[in-house]
Amino acid sequence: MKVLVPVKRVVDANVKIRVKPDKSGVDLTNVKMTVNPFCEIAIEEAVRMKEAGTATEVVAVAVGVSACQEQLRTCLALGADRAVLIETDVDIQPLGVATALKALQEKEQADIILFGKQSIDGDNGQTGQMFAALTGMPQGTFASEVTIENGKAYVTREVDGGLQKISTSLPVVITTDLRLNEPRYASLPNIMKAKKKQMDIFTPEELGVDVTPTLEVLSVEPPPVRAAGIKVESVEELVDKLKNEAKVIP
Amino acid sequence: MDFELTGEQQLIRDTVKKVCAEFPDEYWAKCDSEHRFPWDFYNAMAAGGWLGIAIPEAYGGSGQGITEASLVLEEVASSGAAMNGASSLHLSIFGMHPVVRHGSEEMKQTYLPQVATGELHVAFGVTEPDAGTDTTSITTTARREGDHYIVRGRKVWMTKALDSQRVLLLVRTTPIEKIAKRTDGLTLLLAELQRPEVTISPIDKVGRNAVASCEVVYDDLPVLVTDRVGEEGKGFRYLLDGLNAERILVAAEALGIGRAAINRAVNYANERVVFNRPIGQNQGIAFPLGEAHMRLEAAEMMIRKASWMLDDGQPCGAEANMAKWLAADAACQAADQAVQTHGGYGYAKEYHVERYWREARMTRLAPISQEMVLNYVTEHVLGLPRSY
Ligand SMILES: Cc1cc2nc3c(=O)[nH]c(=O)nc-3n(C[C@H](O)[C@H](O)[C@H](O)COP(=O)(O)OP(=O)(O)OC[C@H]3O[C@@H](n4cnc5c(N)ncnc54)[C@H](O)[C@@H]3O)c2cc1C
Repeated sequence: MKVLVPVKRVVDANVKIRVKPDKSGVDLTNVKMTVNPFCEIAIEEAVRMKEAGTATEVVAVAVGVSACQEQLRTCLALGADRAVLIETDVDIQPLGVATALKALQEKEQADIILFGKQSIDGDNGQTGQMFAALTGMPQGTFASEVTIENGKAYVTREVDGGLQKISTSLPVVITTDLRLNEPRYASLPNIMKAKKKQMDIFTPEELGVDVTPTLEVLSVEPPPVRAAGIKVESVEELVDKLKNEAKVIP
Repeated sequence: MDFELTGEQQLIRDTVKKVCAEFPDEYWAKCDSEHRFPWDFYNAMAAGGWLGIAIPEAYGGSGQGITEASLVLEEVASSGAAMNGASSLHLSIFGMHPVVRHGSEEMKQTYLPQVATGELHVAFGVTEPDAGTDTTSITTTARREGDHYIVRGRKVWMTKALDSQRVLLLVRTTPIEKIAKRTDGLTLLLAELQRPEVTISPIDKVGRNAVASCEVVYDDLPVLVTDRVGEEGKGFRYLLDGLNAERILVAAEALGIGRAAINRAVNYANERVVFNRPIGQNQGIAFPLGEAHMRLEAAEMMIRKASWMLDDGQPCGAEANMAKWLAADAACQAADQAVQTHGGYGYAKEYHVERYWREARMTRLAPISQEMVLNYVTEHVLGLPRSY
């Protein structure tokens, strides 16, 4: 059984990001980049499937700039068997990524496509679902538990107000939630082995797809600076301020 | 010229940072105050294969250079683990270098894989109370009796002696009167340490209290001749082979402490408000931090140059010594300024900078004092007369 894990290169969660002066986006010069944490959970789950004997091959794939190879190497160090980069310099958006991955899936014929539920930069939370729609595959999104048994996927989903258990046929699209697992750290010997693992690079043209953005970003604004809190003297004053200043109660 | 780390080096750095993040400052403060070896941390690093980073692949390691090893130790120190963390790993990472270079095949097969997995701890026994920096004046002797040496003498400052099964021990096998050169007649043994003939007494010291350094007395300790590293009488030269690596690694550790100190100082200077403004707005507080940062950056450059030369097989005595001097100096200034930035709280254990300061201080003394570095540079680099 083959598992395909799409991973995204994102700004490290510890970086204090800044909006570019012209508001065209976030300034990424000399900013530390990492594997999107939800994608790391997906890699971990795929590697565990392999260790348990459920999966035979784990393939990590990224769509984006050449530097995504760094994140793919990280995935190889975490236990993926090989990697694919679909290299493009355009601003990647969920539909473009899903389209490119569909073309790759036609070559790879993976049984499980394991996405992160969202990326921490754009917070779009759409790529897995779009991919499922384009390929017509069943999907188990926001997974907090996954079992593959007798040719079926059993997925526990984190939904509003509780957990939902579903079963689907294979091939299946799964998107990982935070509680699915706790990713391991790469070991030094595995970092060294990653160097020798296979990494293929295709362009969208080679796969016959168009990843041109369909959405245009008009302006990116930093969140407003939070003012310091104040102390109130009495309940009356608090209620008054909530009513008349913050206008959060009628 | 290329200052960029490779992808693997960057990944090594990031991964060690993540492992270390599991062991916050509070963990280190506790180990330090309880004088407790950081076993959880050590085991986590051993499990990730980090101890074997510089041990050849043929003997269970990853065969990386001192550049990669220095990145690991810098990250460990800069996580707040400082010397308590770095010293727990330091000797496993590089200490067996003389065995790698000069040990018999059997010795390498037996010991190196165990060091790489973390099962075997090895201490380093060179310094003596009456010889100090003047290593060739050591008086611990080993006399040959059949297939054994019998070791007698006293070593001091032996780090990790309490937790180590073996020690790389420098002993005199030919009396100083009977040799032409003082550097001859010294031999390196990989001796057993936890034996009835050995008495180990920890030294009460200023800092890095999670890892003890000890006085160790050998009262006729038998050591098998097969546990001798290389040839008899060449121990001093074997030792020299490892010194540059050790200096570079200690420099990286010092650099890490300096970074941790500046990090805390900058956070505090941004947050602490006195006279209605963050204290970091006062240039009297800001400028010394800027200066400390620049000194650390400069020391880092020298460390990178020295480790690059070493890994490239070039002689790097001057660079390794200068890296250690610059980094120790920069780390002490950074840690001291971090204490100053914190005001009275800098003196309180809760803010951790006092611990960095206590631990940075030792890098100006060991493994070689700042003065001996200056002796090296003035004599061997500048060509001035030797003063001693
Ligand atoms: C925490 C710690 C851990 C250590 N761990 C180990 C270990 O594991 N194994 C080990 O073998 N050793 C270890 N050492 C010992 C360390 O290497 C020595 O302390 C160091 O080499 C200095 O020797 P000394 O203390 O005898 O100082 P001394 O040689 O007595 O020197 C005292 C002072 O005089 C100065 N001085 C001496 N001669 C000259 C000269 N010619 N010119 C200018 N100045 C001079 C020195 O620079 C120093 O400032 C450790 C030390 C410390 C503090």
